[in-house]
Amino acid sequence: MAATRTSRRASARTREPASEGMAKRLAPRRDVPVVELRGVSKVYDGGSVGLEQAWMRIARGEFVFLVGPTGCGKSTTLKLLLKEMEPSEGEVLISGSDVSRIPRRKVPYLRRNIGVVFQDYKLLPNRTIYANVAYSLEVIGEGRASIRRKVPEILRLVGLSTKLHSYPDELSGGEQQRVSIARAFVNHPPLLLADEPTGNLDPETSIGIMQLIYRINRAGTTVIVATHDRDMVDKMRRRVIELQDGRVIRDQLSGLYRPDESTREFGIRLRGESPGAGLEGRPS
Amino acid sequence: MRIGFFVKEAFRALKRSAAPSLAATLTILLTALVLGVFIPIVQATTGTANEVRGRVVVDAYVKPDASGTQIEELRQALIATPNVANVEYISKEKALAREKERNADAYQLLGSNPLPDAFRITPADPDGSEALVASLSSPADEKSADTARAGPLGAIDEVRNREEETEKILSATGLVKLLTAGLAALLVFASIALIANTIRLSIFARRREVEVMRLVGATNWFIRWPFVIEGVVVGLMGGAAAIGLLYLAKVVFVDPLSHRFALLAAPETIHFPLLVALLMGACIAVSALGSGLTLRRFLRV
Repeated sequence: MAATRTSRRASARTREPASEGMAKRLAPRRDVPVVELRGVSKVYDGGSVGLEQAWMRIARGEFVFLVGPTGCGKSTTLKLLLKEMEPSEGEVLISGSDVSRIPRRKVPYLRRNIGVVFQDYKLLPNRTIYANVAYSLEVIGEGRASIRRKVPEILRLVGLSTKLHSYPDELSGGEQQRVSIARAFVNHPPLLLADEPTGNLDPETSIGIMQLIYRINRAGTTVIVATHDRDMVDKMRRRVIELQDGRVIRDQLSGLYRPDESTREFGIRLRGESPGAGLEGRPS
Repeated sequence: MRIGFFVKEAFRALKRSAAPSLAATLTILLTALVLGVFIPIVQATTGTANEVRGRVVVDAYVKPDASGTQIEELRQALIATPNVANVEYISKEKALAREKERNADAYQLLGSNPLPDAFRITPADPDGSEALVASLSSPADEKSADTARAGPLGAIDEVRNREEETEKILSATGLVKLLTAGLAALLVFASIALIANTIRLSIFARRREVEVMRLVGATNWFIRWPFVIEGVVVGLMGGAAAIGLLYLAKVVFVDPLSHRFALLAAPETIHFPLLVALLMGACIAVSALGSGLTLRRFLRV
């Protein structure tokens, strides 16, 4: 029975290039953006708006910050990319194919091509670090030998080679986030999404995490980081897409968390005298 | 290797979430125990009800002037009649003796024997006794033409089926059957609800794990298999424990007492091995299916 299932799986894999072969299809088509939102709106059942007519194109190999206040639509965007929900309107394209056309059965194959990192790490508390990372390989049917090779390798890359057999609660927050990055990247997905990856970490640790994510980006992976971390955005000087109330209000290459803002302007905004001040996009 | 992985995952989950697993096992155990006790009781009750129904009889009185050969021919004819299970000849002397036992004084006053010879017929299907009576008794308007009624049935004077008694027996046993069926249905429903709820709880405790599995791109069946195997193991353990207890109860209590109580010795009670197989199958199927189906809501999106 094991043999038949395995062989069925194998044949299914060869038969379904649309989903399984997404990674391969990503590579050669440089002109096709890895992520594209075309007039995407998302209205939740309760009537609250997650996204409203959002447009964005993110090319292969880019490093993008998604910034904006809580509830601006950052998480909604990430969830739409993962097909955790459907857009109410518009198209979400990943490497040129419409996500809403992927049947529910094939969604797992889409997710295997997208690494995800969360603010709260989402590690399995009763498995060792090694097992946590190995798990994401086991789940996609990777062989034992390749798991044994890949897991220590990726854990060395994130600087945790000495803690293979520790449990998540024995690690610091920064270390746990490294584990979750290792888990997200162990398949070498072409796209990495990070939702507030440094939200629970102190500035020093955050820099280490960002360096790690940046290194992953340099290796060719497209990275989208949704964040509140103003310092980090300002220091990194990468592309910034700012959202407010579900709309893209700024899209700037090598931008700041907020466009250049004098102390006076900040004071005005702080006192709430002119709520819109400083939010106008300034294309570079 | 994949099967190995699923089994390993299932057992690790069982070990780790010991409390919910134990709760599920206990639920299965109790349900199987109740069912295991209840199924034989239902069977015994139905058996007894059927036995009581067997007491429905039809009496055919023979004409006082019938000869010995006529009576013998009548017996053959009665046996050949459809829906007749058993025919017993009661001569007038025998009938008198029986009646005297019951009411000695009354019959002492009578000088002669007023009772006719009779056949006591037990119908195969008690519900068809009315029809049997109708088919045996001669139509009322032909009473004058006795001689016209040819054949051995002509020796029958009158047919009775003790209407009141029959009706009572039929309605009482029918009620018993209906009640036990209703109780059994209720019990099965309650068991399924209980098991479903327990499984839901134990899966809810692990929804985070399911979330992570989905995030890293596990297919739904990949997520489901360990849960189904876990369900099978839980069902197996609960069912085995219940059957062990049932067997113990059977050996210690039921077997020694079965000589004394007709109910326990009722011939139609289910065989123990069959009961074991039935319960085991039900336990495993219910808990495996339960886990698999309950997961569905966590696998949406």
